[in-house]
Amino acid sequence: MAGRVAGKVAFITGAARGQGRSHAIRLAQEGADIIAVDLTGQIGSVPYAMSTPDDLADTVKEVEALDRRIVATQADVRDYDAVKSALDDGVAQLGRLDIVSANAGIFSFGSLEELDETHWQDMIDVNLTGVWHAAKAAIPHLRAAGGGSIILTSSTAGLMAIPNIGHYTAAKHGVVGLMRTLALELAPDMIRVNSVHPTSVNTDMIQNAATYELFGADLPVEQRTKEVLGGRFQELNALPIPWVEPVDISNAVLWLASDESRYVTGVTLPIDAGSLIK
Amino acid sequence: MAGRVAGKVAFITGAGRGQGRSHAIRLAEEGADIIAVDICRDYDTVGYGMSTEADLAQTVKDVEALDRRIIVAQADVRDAAALKTAVDDGVAQLGHLDIVCANAGICTVQSWDEVTPAVWQDTLDTNLTGVWNTMVACAPHLIAAGGGSIICTSSTAGIKGLPFLAPYVAAKHGVVGIARTMANELAQHKIRVNTVHPTGVNTPMVEGLGGLNPLIERDPNLGPIFVNTLPVEAVEARDISNAVLFLASDEARYVTGLEFTVDAGNTIR
Repeated sequence: MAGRVAGKVAFITGAARGQGRSHAIRLAQEGADIIAVDLTGQIGSVPYAMSTPDDLADTVKEVEALDRRIVATQADVRDYDAVKSALDDGVAQLGRLDIVSANAGIFSFGSLEELDETHWQDMIDVNLTGVWHAAKAAIPHLRAAGGGSIILTSSTAGLMAIPNIGHYTAAKHGVVGLMRTLALELAPDMIRVNSVHPTSVNTDMIQNAATYELFGADLPVEQRTKEVLGGRFQELNALPIPWVEPVDISNAVLWLASDESRYVTGVTLPIDAGSLIK
Repeated sequence: MAGRVAGKVAFITGAGRGQGRSHAIRLAEEGADIIAVDICRDYDTVGYGMSTEADLAQTVKDVEALDRRIIVAQADVRDAAALKTAVDDGVAQLGHLDIVCANAGICTVQSWDEVTPAVWQDTLDTNLTGVWNTMVACAPHLIAAGGGSIICTSSTAGIKGLPFLAPYVAAKHGVVGIARTMANELAQHKIRVNTVHPTGVNTPMVEGLGGLNPLIERDPNLGPIFVNTLPVEAVEARDISNAVLFLASDEARYVTGLEFTVDAGNTIR
């Protein structure tokens, strides 16, 4: 049986690990070739360890193990020229572009009153401007292919306010505005644009001491275990689970990337265990 | 390769033709058995014909051709007791229930001052109370199964105030409300509840919308409300079925409370 995105090529930012790697694997399982970029380095205002070149190499191995091709490049989504160059090079090697997953993102926290300028600026630069860069670089290639699907990674924080992550909330709300405008501007070219809105996802972005402090500031450090804090994460959701897995987001991305959703554009798709309806 | 809903059982209302039949076929293609109901009887208030017993028999043939089982009953979604009997019988024969498509609906076109009490009542009874009756009849079976997925068919008219469709718009907005409430109340049972919102779909119901153009000509300012963003006039029933399949499958195991537009961008304009 042919894969659900067989013969297509997908561009994924933040593909070294977490959701980005999961998207690369899931799309490759269903027949897509992959163009992957990741910073594979640290940003000073981010309170957890970011991905490494080894992580990106592992993504390459996993996609190749599925007998699909992958072109992986170290690139910072804040640097438009670097993103464009990596994507152009990937398209030159793989022949076309059909799918874009603008996934790269960072997380940090602090009240809006106390947040410093660097935290604010890094967040907006990566989580909002970086998304626009990925889409902007991709549009000519999608148009050349006669259409395509752009999937922007927002968050439940793109549709509701969450205290102490105001800069993240602002950036992720901005992604929704970007998505809706792109959907209108690109519809005549049959390019669809949608956003996905995960609740907490079981990745390194939440399973770290800094995020545990956000959820368990009242607890001594030794009591901030995955089990204890899982209960607090679960309070965000309607379904009785603490967090979702990366593959759950990838399954939504796959559906939006495939021709099954050929007339779906402008959708804010939550994979949020009902967080938004509570 | 195993189907994406292999081993599951789906209950579908309005399965005689159109989107309901398409859902039955798409879910059966991916391994589900089907419990199907349809009224197979015309409404005095609706200007186009409803499905017939022959239509429902064709749905049976189509599903059986895919080597899946299907149990059908002639039932009116306005009749809670009849609906419960149909669901209970189907579950007794097929063993369990996992997926619910509350799809049955009617649509009439008229300006607000032409809405008769009978049109208002039939539309609300079918398109809103019918969805409620379906949920109530099915939820106990989903709880018994340890979880499930309920997909209610709303419309772009469940999001926008489309002109000349007042009772339909009221009912389709109401569907969103009960879906959200049930998503919260049933979450503890791992039951997900979502709505799908098609733009115009190429089905026999579209015949009923034939009266739109003369009304729009009386106030051309209202025309663009019906226009899609993508350059397609209408979508196919299968496009809605593909969304239903995703929501029905375990791929969407943590998706609940969603208003899922399959509308060629109609609602973002």
